[in-house]
Amino acid sequence: MTTLTNPPGPAKTPGPVDVHQELYGARLPSWGPRAVLGGAVVVAAALYVLAGVNVMLAALIVFAISLLLPVWSVVVEGRRKATDRLVTVLVTSSFVLAMFPLFSILYTVITKGTKVLGVDFFTFSMRNVVGEGGGIYHALAGTLLITGAATVISVPIGMFTAIYLVEYADGNRLSRWIRFLVDVMTGIPSIVAGLFAYALFVLFFGEGVRMGIGGSVALSVLMIPVVVRSTEEMLKLVPNELREASYALGVPKWRTVSKVVLPTALAGIVTGITLAIARVIGETAPLLIIAGATDSVNFNLFDGRMASLPVFAYTSVRNPGVPPEFSIDRAWGAALTLLLIVMLLNLIARLVSYYFSPKGER
Amino acid sequence: MASTLDPRRKRSTIVRPGDRIFSGLSTSAGILILIVLAGVAAFLTIEGIPGIFASPDDVKSGQSFLPYVWPLVYGTLIAATIALIISVPIAIGVALFISHYSPRKLGQVLGYLIDLLAAVPSVVYGLWGIGFLAPNMAPIYQWLEDNLGFIPFFAGPASATGRTIMTASIVLAVMILPIMTAICREIFLQTPRLHEEAALALGATRWEMARMAIFPYARSGIVSAAMLGLGRALGETLAVAMVLSVSAGTVTANLISSTNPSTIAANIALSFGEASGKTVNVLIASGLVLFVITFLVNFAARAIVDRRKEFSGAN
Repeated sequence: MTTLTNPPGPAKTPGPVDVHQELYGARLPSWGPRAVLGGAVVVAAALYVLAGVNVMLAALIVFAISLLLPVWSVVVEGRRKATDRLVTVLVTSSFVLAMFPLFSILYTVITKGTKVLGVDFFTFSMRNVVGEGGGIYHALAGTLLITGAATVISVPIGMFTAIYLVEYADGNRLSRWIRFLVDVMTGIPSIVAGLFAYALFVLFFGEGVRMGIGGSVALSVLMIPVVVRSTEEMLKLVPNELREASYALGVPKWRTVSKVVLPTALAGIVTGITLAIARVIGETAPLLIIAGATDSVNFNLFDGRMASLPVFAYTSVRNPGVPPEFSIDRAWGAALTLLLIVMLLNLIARLVSYYFSPKGER
Repeated sequence: MASTLDPRRKRSTIVRPGDRIFSGLSTSAGILILIVLAGVAAFLTIEGIPGIFASPDDVKSGQSFLPYVWPLVYGTLIAATIALIISVPIAIGVALFISHYSPRKLGQVLGYLIDLLAAVPSVVYGLWGIGFLAPNMAPIYQWLEDNLGFIPFFAGPASATGRTIMTASIVLAVMILPIMTAICREIFLQTPRLHEEAALALGATRWEMARMAIFPYARSGIVSAAMLGLGRALGETLAVAMVLSVSAGTVTANLISSTNPSTIAANIALSFGEASGKTVNVLIASGLVLFVITFLVNFAARAIVDRRKEFSGAN
């Protein structure tokens, strides 16, 4: 920020020199940006309170008034500095703009979702419920079972692949292909994963198959690449000195990997797996296709339709019945529950990586 | 990650069974992933081919495959493109804010806030789109129709519910923002510190520094971030299925009316429950089309990233 805009001018008469004037061009006072922003917020707040403009318009007013800063700057400081200030305003407001949906979503879901939360909501299913009442017990159970099974499938495959890539492959052609295709696999649309699971199960069980385990298979397709990538990154961080020290003691490679490398990277791996679970637990499309929707509790992954939280929220909005408001309230409740689970998983992941990762020199 | 000391060469010829089992397990896990990906393509093709060649009489829509799938492809591309146009500048701005404009310590927290957006399940986005965004957008669409109606995009009649392809695109834009921001942020942070300091030392303002040092370095990264975002937007299902009010077979440039083309993914989600017989095959075939499109987009994005890795000094 301390930019020399003017070269030191021709030598002036010696005397009490104002160094600031001498070295720097004209600049806005340091309180300038803050004053403009503060003024903008005050004006918008006043309009919000007194004239009753809505929040979106108030935000727009703040933005418009903030644009006065570059205008002021172009008068005082010149074009280059003014462009810089304009970009600063734009970049900052793009961040504020991006925060807007986050807080809007949190606010909407929490205000609308808390209406139905209660003990009954978590302990009752929707079996034989018309209108008010009922709960998400069946969907919660289904979500936990399906995601649990997906984790059981994905974690060993993902971890062993990462071990292969880091410890065994030595950058050969196969490993380069695996790495590339894992990256591509992260981009598979979730609905395609669901169709894959359906197409696979149809071959064995005939048309119209709906099964919880199919949902797990579909979620695994989405989860494996995430597990591979995060585990691979973590294994790469394990210092080679540790492996070499272990080899020097005569420890075989597989014991080195399982007793030295994996424990060192464990915190990071657990973090990655938790984030992967958080990613797939909210997936709706594949479960809609292959696990279906039901109103009853089903604990058997291999038999028939199985409800899950996201599908429950979706179907409650899609087919609300008459009167619709109870069903839609339940959808918001289910969405809030799902959001809480995902946020909790994210929090756990952060805590694990914060408290359990090895404290090496940084 | 080869260790500098290769144990296989140093060791005598003894191969322990544990070693063989472990390396066999990990190698086969790697190969299994290739099989899974091939399996996705294979099973979709097996179940999809009868749908592509199904006669119009056998399917619910009463159309042969191409006329059926074309409006869906159109809708998918339109929604994803608008989402991308909205999202790319914001993502670059947010990434720049986090990496270079905010204080370093604050940057991590702000990055975490953006990552929270990625954690929100798509069904929640869908609910938010219906419950909050669509009603709030409806008056804006009315205004657009009244004042900018001469542009074909805003020809109207404006949807009263706000459940238009424009709203769907805005929801998509919010959904793909976190991944694009995350990638851009990483790449902006990798810009060689010396380039930045050299620019500043020559008297560049912060924006000139960004333009001269950061953007040239990050250009291919931004492109691949945008393409990954595009891949996400193309495949997103539930948010679109919930927000959009669909009329089948529409192909229109109008973004704010209540007759909208559906997207492939949303159409599958909406029709799969009641589908039977050949209709299922048609839906799976449309899924195959989606798979091919997203595969190509992601393939191109990753290829750009990989090429960049080879000749950038940062890796």
